[in-house]
Amino acid sequence: MLEIKNLRAKVGDKEILRGIDLYIGAGEVHAIMGPNGSGKSTLAHVLSGRENYQVTGGSVTYQGKDLLAMAPEIRAREGIFLAFQYPIEIPGVSTTYFLKAALNAVRKHRGLDELDAMEFLTLIKDKMSLVEMSQALLNRPLNEGFSGGEKKRNEILQMAVLDPTLALLDETDSGLDIDALRVIAGGVNALRSPSRAMIVITHYQRLLDYIVPDFIHVLYNGRIVKSGTKELALELESKGYDWIKGEGAALQ
Amino acid sequence: MLTSASKEPYLAAFKGLRASSLPAGPAWLEQLRQAGIASFDALGFPTLKHEDWKYTNVEPIAAQSFAQANGEAKSIVGAEVFSRGMIETDAPRLTFVNGVFNAALSNIANLPQGLRLGPLAEFISHEDAAVVDHLGRLASAEQQHFVALNTAFLGDGAVVDLAPGARLNRPIYLLFVSTSTAQPVISQPRILLLLGAGSEAKIVESYLGVGDKAYFCNAVTELVGGADSIIEHYRLQQDSDAGFHVGTVEASLARGCHLTSHAVTLSGALVRNNLRVLLNGAGAECVLNGLYLADGKQHVDNYTLIEHVSPRASSLELYKGLLGGSAHGVFNGKIIVHPDAQKSDARQTNKNLLLSDSAVIDTKPQLEIHADDVKCSHGSTIGQLDDDAIFYLRSRGLDVAAARSLLSFAFASDVVQRISIETLRQRLDDYLVGRFGAW
Repeated sequence: MLEIKNLRAKVGDKEILRGIDLYIGAGEVHAIMGPNGSGKSTLAHVLSGRENYQVTGGSVTYQGKDLLAMAPEIRAREGIFLAFQYPIEIPGVSTTYFLKAALNAVRKHRGLDELDAMEFLTLIKDKMSLVEMSQALLNRPLNEGFSGGEKKRNEILQMAVLDPTLALLDETDSGLDIDALRVIAGGVNALRSPSRAMIVITHYQRLLDYIVPDFIHVLYNGRIVKSGTKELALELESKGYDWIKGEGAALQ
Repeated sequence: MLTSASKEPYLAAFKGLRASSLPAGPAWLEQLRQAGIASFDALGFPTLKHEDWKYTNVEPIAAQSFAQANGEAKSIVGAEVFSRGMIETDAPRLTFVNGVFNAALSNIANLPQGLRLGPLAEFISHEDAAVVDHLGRLASAEQQHFVALNTAFLGDGAVVDLAPGARLNRPIYLLFVSTSTAQPVISQPRILLLLGAGSEAKIVESYLGVGDKAYFCNAVTELVGGADSIIEHYRLQQDSDAGFHVGTVEASLARGCHLTSHAVTLSGALVRNNLRVLLNGAGAECVLNGLYLADGKQHVDNYTLIEHVSPRASSLELYKGLLGGSAHGVFNGKIIVHPDAQKSDARQTNKNLLLSDSAVIDTKPQLEIHADDVKCSHGSTIGQLDDDAIFYLRSRGLDVAAARSLLSFAFASDVVQRISIETLRQRLDDYLVGRFGAW
């Protein structure tokens, strides 16, 4: 589904990704871990098409197409979804309204009929329970005055509605208490399916207790320095990232 | 350049009217009118040299010759102007066409208990005590050019008089339609809103331009808020692309009175709104919300003045402007805290969004504080659409144009969401979708 080859990217003059190789098959959940500044979020943003990141080398093939040639909105319509670490607040437009516009843009691209207000309401009601969101919250301006947990739940709700093929979860656990984390992980797990792949980016092993990945990759200094299965997370938890930093230095 | 010649047609018209259409009134009214024209003769039209008119050149208004309107309403279709004017047709309503009361398009049957609602001319002809008492009291013709002009031609307009303790559960609508006529006309409605102690009301003034020819609407509203009254005052303006509009609202709030004002300007060639609120009793509160949209070559200027006269009063002001094309917007917001107004709380925010490179905004917040125990803040921003927000929307599948539309809509709708009249809020949202909605 997704094939990343020797991907390099920089922000301004600073090279952040220094040759990433990653293969993700349909239905797989991959976790990307690593210390702060290792390039985790950059990878998520490059894959979603953020413009302030400049790709300097390598390739990304998504469902056989050149992902890097697509505008961000085309990537979204082709099934890529980024759950933001810091979701944007947009006063003046409700989640419902915004999400209906987004869904219809996506549906149109996929050759499906646009949903009218009633059809959309039925759809969203169905998805709301997944992340325990209330209608009242959805009628409020998008993310404005939402708590950290509400914002993250809203991201997962959007994911559920837009039904992506590849979901990128960028530090979805940051700023959450344990109850909120459980709700969100429950929502994410419910969305796992053989046709949907996920990349879960996190600093802490904690999230991976709830969203158990098929594979774990450790990113350090813009490269994947170690890959393994879920046991790797436990090893990281007990040894810390310094252990990996040593291996990273050896790699260079 | 404005010369003294600009005011001559009005001075001549004033003399002419004495002999013709404007009915001579009782002595007290004649006195008001005479004072108005004398003051206008002395003041003339404002120029850019006047501090409060620094960014707005009224030459296009002064240079035109406007005829006095006769209220001709042939081209007016009720359903159409009610719809565009965002009026609930089953609520109490007065309609004016080019400043002249139109009974057929009004609805003043079965008014709720405690409410007196009708055309000003009628109240004048009865020499109604409340009207005699209040007319011209708040809106001073001495200093303000356009109030002077309005006062000189005082004739018709609207009166809302709500008895103490009366609470209305429906809004009152005042609709002012300006039409295209062979010769451009001037209308100068005068609105008197008297809200008794402990009363509650929502009043909507809706100004609408029909057709594509020039006209000039110079409206003046005097609002007297009784002690502990709760008032929502709306001023919705949709003037035509060739329409000139100067609207002045003078409000005085007694002890514990709470006023929420919504000033929404959607269109017009040249629009100037003056909103002056006197917090005249302890604990009085005002919330001023404003939204102004301008495009093409439109010019829209919002001047607000809040005077904290009494202690423990609060004012909360939010004005947002969205300017495209070569439009020019102005926000001039002044807050004066007088020496006795201890424990005042005044907060003012002005936010502007420029949608094109050639749109211009002049924003000038001014705080004048003469008391020492007060909380005051003000801030203004001018910006383009936020890149992070655009990316967020694109990452959900909206293209750049759609993202920009949605964000423009959201910026404006943020003010509209504060409107408590559901029909009006919904209609305005629909309007904004129509204007920005390319998603």
